[in-house]
Amino acid sequence: MVPWIVALPLAGALGNGLLGGRLGRRGTSLVACLAVLGAFLLSAAATQGLGTSSERAAHVVRLFEWIGVADFRISAAFQWDPLSALLALVVTGVGFLIHVYSVGYMADDPDYSRYFTYLNLFVASMLVLVLGANLLVLFVGWELVGLCSYLLIGFWFERPAAAAAGRKAFVVNRIGDAAFVVGILSVWGLLGTLEFREISRLLGEGGGALRGHPGLVAAALLLFAGATGKSAQLPLYVWLPDAMEGPTPVSALIHAATMVTAGVFLVGRLWPLFEAAGPVLGAVVAPVGAATALFAATVAVAQYDLKRVLAYSTISQLGYMFLALGAGAGGAAFFHLTTHAFFKALLFLAAGSVMHALHGQVDLRHLGGLRRSMPLTFLGFVVGALSLSGIPPLSGFWSKEEILHAARAHAAGIWVVAVATSFVTAYYATRAAVLAFWGEPADRHAHPHDPPPAMAWPMAGLVVLSAFGGFLGAQWAGAPLRAFLEPLFGDHGETSSVAGAEVAGAVAVALAGVVAGWWAHRARREPDLGPLGRALAAQWGVEALYDRAVVRPAKALSHLLAQRVDARVVDGAASGLADLVVQAAAAVRTWQTGNVRQYAAGVLAGAVVLFVYWVLR
Amino acid sequence: MPSWVLSAMVFGPLGGAVLVALLPRRDRLLRTVALLTTLLPLALAAWLFWQAPQGEAGFWLTERGLWVPAAGIGYHLGVDGISLPLVLLTAFLFPVALVGTWDAVRTRVKEYLVLLLLLETAVLGTFLALDLLLFYVFWEAVLVPMYFLIGLWGSERRAYAALKFFLFTMAGSVLMLLAIAGLYLAAGTLDFLRLLAAELPQPAQGWLFAAFAVAFAIKVPLFPLHTWLPDAHTEAPTAGSVILAGLLLKMGTYGLVRFCLTLFPEVARAAAPFFMALGVVGILYGAAVAYTQPDVKRLVAYSSVSHLGFVVLGTFALNPQGLAGALLQMVNHGISTGALFLLVGVLYERAHTREMDAFGGVARVMPTFAALSLFVVFSSAALPGTNGFVGEFLVLLGAFRRDPGWAALAAVGVILSAVYLLWMVQRVYFGPVRPEVRAFAPLRLHEGAALVALVLAVLWIGLYPRPWLARSEAAVQALVQRVVSVGKTASPEWGGRP
Repeated sequence: MVPWIVALPLAGALGNGLLGGRLGRRGTSLVACLAVLGAFLLSAAATQGLGTSSERAAHVVRLFEWIGVADFRISAAFQWDPLSALLALVVTGVGFLIHVYSVGYMADDPDYSRYFTYLNLFVASMLVLVLGANLLVLFVGWELVGLCSYLLIGFWFERPAAAAAGRKAFVVNRIGDAAFVVGILSVWGLLGTLEFREISRLLGEGGGALRGHPGLVAAALLLFAGATGKSAQLPLYVWLPDAMEGPTPVSALIHAATMVTAGVFLVGRLWPLFEAAGPVLGAVVAPVGAATALFAATVAVAQYDLKRVLAYSTISQLGYMFLALGAGAGGAAFFHLTTHAFFKALLFLAAGSVMHALHGQVDLRHLGGLRRSMPLTFLGFVVGALSLSGIPPLSGFWSKEEILHAARAHAAGIWVVAVATSFVTAYYATRAAVLAFWGEPADRHAHPHDPPPAMAWPMAGLVVLSAFGGFLGAQWAGAPLRAFLEPLFGDHGETSSVAGAEVAGAVAVALAGVVAGWWAHRARREPDLGPLGRALAAQWGVEALYDRAVVRPAKALSHLLAQRVDARVVDGAASGLADLVVQAAAAVRTWQTGNVRQYAAGVLAGAVVLFVYWVLR
Repeated sequence: MPSWVLSAMVFGPLGGAVLVALLPRRDRLLRTVALLTTLLPLALAAWLFWQAPQGEAGFWLTERGLWVPAAGIGYHLGVDGISLPLVLLTAFLFPVALVGTWDAVRTRVKEYLVLLLLLETAVLGTFLALDLLLFYVFWEAVLVPMYFLIGLWGSERRAYAALKFFLFTMAGSVLMLLAIAGLYLAAGTLDFLRLLAAELPQPAQGWLFAAFAVAFAIKVPLFPLHTWLPDAHTEAPTAGSVILAGLLLKMGTYGLVRFCLTLFPEVARAAAPFFMALGVVGILYGAAVAYTQPDVKRLVAYSSVSHLGFVVLGTFALNPQGLAGALLQMVNHGISTGALFLLVGVLYERAHTREMDAFGGVARVMPTFAALSLFVVFSSAALPGTNGFVGEFLVLLGAFRRDPGWAALAAVGVILSAVYLLWMVQRVYFGPVRPEVRAFAPLRLHEGAALVALVLAVLWIGLYPRPWLARSEAAVQALVQRVVSVGKTASPEWGGRP
């Protein structure tokens, strides 16, 4: 059954891609949505058959030998275990809702079938990523989702900004991917296998003899570098804000709910390897996650593009997930991954509704007062924003609480950063809500209204999930999600019950953020932050730094090599040699006089030389 | 399987060339006859591929005849797991190139087709020859039709490019001829199978290896001997570029594997680090220079320098994965870069320029062409699921086992290929539609057919490379065994099963 989960969306992509819109809009959307719905139902059925923690072994389906030379043999194989199941359900579930939403959002686009081809291809690729039974199959999905991301960011490729953003996303991701590939090679060099089951077996119980082996540490660092690319962490986050050039449902599905969590998934999938790699989790993953979380949250405060606010928020929330992984709390990370998929997708879909109603307007300075004219969208955005801020009893509260708890148990510094991020998060979420929905409409001639049913229903579904999805992992509900993932991550201190005072403190911080955001921006005002505001708006200068330190020197080097070195030095040397030959030939040509006696003399001289040589030899 | 298959394959196109020369000058008829002629080697090569035994290391089909018996020089053809993929690639690329550029050449069509068919005979002969003099004859025979293809049907700077191509290759050929003569003096035979058993004196080995290696390195081309390539590729007519990049460069890498590695294993082992370094330099240098080319054909040409760097890196990793990857990468480069040149040809037919600035928004005007182009581009960028990934990954794996540092540097090439290829895509296919581009004719049937054939090959090798890898695995392992074990024991490898 497992291969069919991938095959269905792939078939949808092939059908829509090859027929190229000959099915009509209704047919195209039916094929695309049903393919993803089918994959969701199959995933749900397969999850039913998985049982709970009793079945520890992953179920592996081997299709065929993909690459095999001498002692290197890799199969095309899928695996079904709790982690694959969770991700497959999120990808196909949220994916289905966003497919339906897209039917409304893209209704007037001339490239309707191309859009759904890409979207189905994305779901299929993402499923390859989460279901792959070895690192190389996972990498196939990893690169294919990158391809889909490239195609969908640049979907409106006639806009230069969209085309450039797609390329930037792919290239920045490739930097991480290059490290990823070397990481894969290191794993194979060290363990002689790329199968996840084998890796777990060889490195089970903390790694045994290989614990802390330098090769293992290098492999973990390289793989984590790959994760920072795909999951937009410091220092490779720069592509995600630009990725907002794509259609908004794409931002919701790929650049918020699913693809960008692939890095988190990678670390979770290779949990035994990261645990055995000594200090990598605690000394690298957790600090990178914490730094990214706070950094991106502060940048989000100063953005005016609503989608960019959400993009930086996604970067920040992904930072939380890595922070949790680094603190050893894999279960908390995947809990937050799930709730984040709900509420961030909801926020993006609400933003999409706003754009749909106001002809693509996303500038917070030109929005406002939408509360009355778009009540459903307003409800969706507020539920999403409060969930993001961690206000109980919404879903984000439960998962963030677990992360804060794990951070506290892990290291005080990390915990302080996590709490500070929580405050800033609540602040920028409230700011965005206030600027967009409160006050008076900025454009009095526009008559915005809530979207058509195809867009409204998926939003409603996500409102429910964002509001109540937290019960999946809530302690008092028996934490079903943790029990489900327990065979993979064990307990790692997550069972120690969260103290009441700790919860109260965290909620107080989040509430303070909400109140501060409300106070500072009430009636759609913008306080002047001075130089700090400018620094925030410019991402603390990171983009400018990359431009000066990487992009421009690289271009200059390329120019230098092409214009000077290759054209002058290398080719010059060869041409110089040729000139030498030509000159020599010119000199020799003077011997060709046409005088037979002269030639005869030459022949004779040669014969004499040869004779002498013969005699003296 | 009858052994005449090899001769039929090699000389079938020659017969076709004679036929085309005799037929009246009716372009359509001539093109059809030429195309049908190239289908014969394709059918035979496919049969050969189908029948190829798996797990047999040696030449499983040979054909012998005496040519100059007095000197022990023979007519000797043979196929093994190393030449088989290149033979199928050759037989595949000629009809594809003919179909893809069906009526792109409109002057002196007869001469053009005759030269192309002669070229096919020479290329197939080069890959199948098992006698060094015969090999040399075919090797040189490639040069002549290619020189005229560039010089007569090329674009503005064709005379310069043709001469440069000729001189560079000729310089290598002279060295190779000397080396072949030296080999004959040292071993008393030019028969490849007898040479395998011959004991060559130690100092001679070094000189012979060097002479062969320089000749092949010019053809590959290896940095810094590559500067003939951008000019030749850019000025050649489209079909010429496809064949030049797809097949002629492979003669260099094939020669390195077949002769340098096999006949002089000890020298090859000693020189391996040097060649791995040159491979990595080629990967990075070619990619860096490709990025700033304003001419799309020059960009593709420099990308070849980069991709062939991977082939050389894998070859001199001297382990099964590296060599198998290098071999597959030769085929992959033939498919992907051949396809890239076809794309440029399609664009050139419409715009009559290759400057990237003259394009923009092609994807809006020619959507099917753009979709096929993206397949090709991502194959060239080695995206998993395409052929390029399988080859590049095996090469990287092989290099990593030899020395993780080289593999890490080569992996940077993975980033750079995305940089220059997607920059090209953005400028040519994306962006606002330029007025000139709006008038572009849609993709024609023959252009589409050729590109679809290439894309299917891309996906076949990308998703199910087993038929290719399995047919060359035994030969690859035997060759690696020979290189590693002749003389002393191998240097220790990093990795493998614990």
